[in-house]
Amino acid sequence: MRFKTFAAFVAPSFVLMMLFIAAPLASVFWQSFHVTQPVFNEVEVETCTPGFGTTNCSIEKKVQLVLDDNGDPVTKTEFVGLQSYRNVLELDRLGEAIGNASWAQVMTIDFWKALRFTLMFTLVTLPLVLGVGLAIALAVNNSLSTIRGPVIFISLLPFVITPVIGALAIRWLFIGNGILTVGIETMLGRDISMFAQGWTIELMMYFYRVWHVAPFAFVVFYAGLQTVNQDALESAVIDGASRWQRLRFVIIPHLMPLILFLSLIHLMDAYRVFEEIVGFSSQAYVISLQWLTYEFLIPSESGTRAISRASASAMLTMIGIVILLVVPLRRFWRDRHARH
Amino acid sequence: MAAVQRQPAMLRALSSGFLTFWCIIAFFPIFWITVMSVKNPLDALAKSPVQVFFGPRTLAQGDGLSIIDIVLGLITIGLLIYIGRVRLAGWVKQYGLPNAPRISWVLAVILFCIATITVLFGILPLLSSILNSIGGPLGTNIVGLTTEHYEAVWFERGFTRNFTNSLIVTAGVVTVSLTIGTLAGYALARSGGEIAFWLLVAALIFRALPHSVLVAGYLPVFIKSADILRPILGEAAPTLYGQPWAVIIVLVAINQPFTIWLLRSFFQNIPEELDEAAKVDGCTHFQAFRLVIIPVMWPGVITAGLFSFLLAYNDFLVTSLLLDGQNMTMVPAIANMFNRETNASDEVQAIAAAVSITAPLFLLVVLFQRQLVSGLTAGAVKG
Repeated sequence: MRFKTFAAFVAPSFVLMMLFIAAPLASVFWQSFHVTQPVFNEVEVETCTPGFGTTNCSIEKKVQLVLDDNGDPVTKTEFVGLQSYRNVLELDRLGEAIGNASWAQVMTIDFWKALRFTLMFTLVTLPLVLGVGLAIALAVNNSLSTIRGPVIFISLLPFVITPVIGALAIRWLFIGNGILTVGIETMLGRDISMFAQGWTIELMMYFYRVWHVAPFAFVVFYAGLQTVNQDALESAVIDGASRWQRLRFVIIPHLMPLILFLSLIHLMDAYRVFEEIVGFSSQAYVISLQWLTYEFLIPSESGTRAISRASASAMLTMIGIVILLVVPLRRFWRDRHARH
Repeated sequence: MAAVQRQPAMLRALSSGFLTFWCIIAFFPIFWITVMSVKNPLDALAKSPVQVFFGPRTLAQGDGLSIIDIVLGLITIGLLIYIGRVRLAGWVKQYGLPNAPRISWVLAVILFCIATITVLFGILPLLSSILNSIGGPLGTNIVGLTTEHYEAVWFERGFTRNFTNSLIVTAGVVTVSLTIGTLAGYALARSGGEIAFWLLVAALIFRALPHSVLVAGYLPVFIKSADILRPILGEAAPTLYGQPWAVIIVLVAINQPFTIWLLRSFFQNIPEELDEAAKVDGCTHFQAFRLVIIPVMWPGVITAGLFSFLLAYNDFLVTSLLLDGQNMTMVPAIANMFNRETNASDEVQAIAAAVSITAPLFLLVVLFQRQLVSGLTAGAVKG
């Protein structure tokens, strides 16, 4: 394919990605070093109140918004360096907390709280999703072929469901007199409240995410299982390999590329954890990095959005994903060079 | 597969037990919120699951299902799923327009959706009321069921408007995303050059970006866009904030990386000899694409379309930040509904709204299970 033809085919998609992905990135980078604020000035206002015989006048200094000709507030944008990053990271409070060797104190700072949860969420759900997905795939592969279609049908439902709604569905099982809360209460013989402390909410979030993504891992592994080399399996049987050894030494190595693929996708998606916070309304206890940026972006009571701080937190979130993806991407890179 | 046949009974039991357990877990939350959504609030939020399921208070207010209704309903739903999953494809082949299989499919899917709605909301209630009146004890209500919350959500709380907005955004995203994604995916599949490789790597990195990062970039620009664009567009300069079409473009861009990766892997499966042959016959590259590739690319395009649909339909973050109250789509509307201070009745209405938004997705899996599975595996197998 000639370059000109190639360029013509790719151009619309490329332009859109540049305009709406690359350009916003650049603009976020710029915004994170600048603050836009309305301009205030001090004016002296003389107020007089009529008294008996005399008029009492006083001169007060008032801070006023400067308005332009249309009556809109005038804003000015100035370079603030790393100030927004400092506001987000709150390093002085972090230092103080570390000085006190108090983990609980570190966890009172939004950014570090969000970072802790996001990383833990990503790393806890990854093996669970792979494990559950593989287990379902093996079980389906082991079942009668007539029930495979229906099982895949039911399994796809948690995967396609709107994330916020899926999280809400799980929440309704647990909230107040929810069926599962009542069930656990009967088992334990005491009252529990799943939404009164952070760690139970976190457990529900892990559960939700595994429920939501395991079907994807299952379908991918199931497709992979269809291409396992039967000869290799049979020779393993002849060599006296047990079921476990066959799984460990024949099937898993065969699925290794798929495991890497799923891990890469899962790292990207789990790091973006956000809908769970909305669905479980957990912001008082547990927040994620995406939520942190989101919260800066929604207008405060006075109607202003903390754009600069949102940008700083967005840049920090990005640095995190880059660090997480360096290892898998380098592998991708080496594979590519090995092939050429 | 002789090895599989000789499994000990223990292992077989374990395997099928686990599978049953998974199916229950996968389906139960969705099933349970559906049950809750059709009950009187006192039943829906009751402590005892038995009360939630049978709904005595809902029955007491005179709304319910008899044995006849239940049997009839189960048969109808089973039949609809069976038709959608098994028979529809055959019927399209048999009765569809022979020269336009794609149009036949679109028509079939639309007809199927209309038929589902008519049967469930038109014919079924009518039939059951007739049968109940002659059914004697089988015709008396035993399980409470009320549609009051659905009526309240859809007709009183303006959910219809949110639904229309979702429809506009979703349809826009699918159309635009497929049009430009197909072109790019095809070119990337046919060119093994360095530029194609770098584009794909860039797309992979773009795919990893959290959406809030991008929205942080859009928001200030979108709010001030009228001022920014005025020198170029004059007085017609639009404020992009709150515009559905601006959100469509944003979602298309966010979805492009995944779409082009997916479509590229589908186009790689179409033999290159096809375009070569067309070019030998004197076609330009564009003509080859139009005359030879477009007719055979539909399975892949449908799959990519499904995933674009899911992204646009399910999105919360972008739509909630870039659209205002007037143009709100369904997902943020439900989240708002739920996060407000609510009484029991509002809460059950939110559940009814949640079930309403899930229903089209259920239909989607019924109709397109095979395409969804092929989309999920395409990226993985090709790498």
